[in-house]
Amino acid sequence: MVCMELTGKPQNVVSAKDLNLVACTRCAKVWPVSASTCGRCGHKLVSRDSQSLSRVWALWVIGFMCYIPANIFPMLKTRTLFQEENSTIIGGAVELAHYGNFGIAAIIIFASVFIPLGKFWAVAYLAISIKAGSRISMNRRQMMYEVVEYIGRWSMIDIFVVAIMSALVQLKTLASINPGPASIFFALSVIFTMLSAQAFDSRLIWDAQVKDGGPGRDE
Amino acid sequence: MKDTVEPMTSTPLDELIVCPQCDAVYHLKRPRVGERAQCQRCHKVLIAPRRNAGLRIIAVALAVLVLIIGAAVFPFLSIDAAGTQNAVSVLDAALAFSGGPMIFLSLATAGLIIIAPLLRACLTLYVLVPVVLDRDPAPHAMQAFRLSEALRPWSMAEIFAIGCAVALVKVADLAHVGFGPAFWMFGILVVLVIAQDSFMCKWSVWNSLENPRTSSAPRT
Ligand SMILES: [Zn+2]
Ligand SMILES: [Zn+2]
Repeated sequence: MVCMELTGKPQNVVSAKDLNLVACTRCAKVWPVSASTCGRCGHKLVSRDSQSLSRVWALWVIGFMCYIPANIFPMLKTRTLFQEENSTIIGGAVELAHYGNFGIAAIIIFASVFIPLGKFWAVAYLAISIKAGSRISMNRRQMMYEVVEYIGRWSMIDIFVVAIMSALVQLKTLASINPGPASIFFALSVIFTMLSAQAFDSRLIWDAQVKDGGPGRDE
Repeated sequence: MKDTVEPMTSTPLDELIVCPQCDAVYHLKRPRVGERAQCQRCHKVLIAPRRNAGLRIIAVALAVLVLIIGAAVFPFLSIDAAGTQNAVSVLDAALAFSGGPMIFLSLATAGLIIIAPLLRACLTLYVLVPVVLDRDPAPHAMQAFRLSEALRPWSMAEIFAIGCAVALVKVADLAHVGFGPAFWMFGILVVLVIAQDSFMCKWSVWNSLENPRTSSAPRT
């Protein structure tokens, strides 16, 4: 393991912004702060995206608004010989647990309820902490952000399950499964929360350190 | 481009490296193959060269290409209940949402489980093959690599594969389910996609695209 040599004195991390530099967020190439596009990969350069937080909130709100109907409307329409049944996300998981499939019920509840709600909470918390400060250390908040980015996409699993089941279970009169309207809202919710998390500029978390006059406070 | 604000450092910019996550600035010190350079503040891995990583990534990308095309076309699951049968490919699953606004969901699903992974594999080959062969980078290789990195979170083949397992358990009560060859192909795909991401050192790729040949052997 090689530790990078700091430009400033040890214990005193200097950010690119302080040196009038800007790093490309895609390819990490360093440019003077006056450059507007990355000369290497063509990506737009922004030292700190002042619009970042408003975009985070706008996408967050759309994602949240989609999440509500996703839980109210049926996710799956199951038709067998004798009955037709509509089940919501939570209803479907409860039913699975009822038949003894606790493992799968847990996966569904985790991916479709805990991950989305946790993600809404985490993104909102991070966005608020930029303006209001936070008692949670910067390293913790950075980790929170990484977890949100990594795990958020896994919520899509429920949509894929619905897709596979709807395609597979088409047994003419015997039984058929079709996607319900909740699936479209749920997919939109996942996509918008992913975009919301991507719009968040994690460098903002660390700027407070410079403002507060040095590290130490957080470690 | 206006040049009114001068950088407040005398170090040439090529000798600096900035942590993309927390914006900390460091003097560039190249780790040897197998070592890793980490940000001291947020612990993000900045550079992690691996031996023959370029060749390995190319091999994986080729395998991904073949597997996705195979899994998209051949049936990967079949169902059998009281004499009625149905077999589906990954493409069928993606197109299961039909009627009105559901079309959007079909397109999104197809994009996430087939097109995005496929495009990423193609872009990876396009970018890395010339680098590994010690040739000049392909035209627009940098834009191609940037696109490939932007697609990373939207390429969800591995999530789809786990979704298959969940769907199987849910359907198992209803009917007898059989696996087609494409099911196993998809299983292998998951492992490969995860492996591909762990080999890739983005800094080394960018560096060898910018300074072809000068950077000794490509240590992507
Ligand atoms: Zn760039
Ligand atoms: Zn860092």
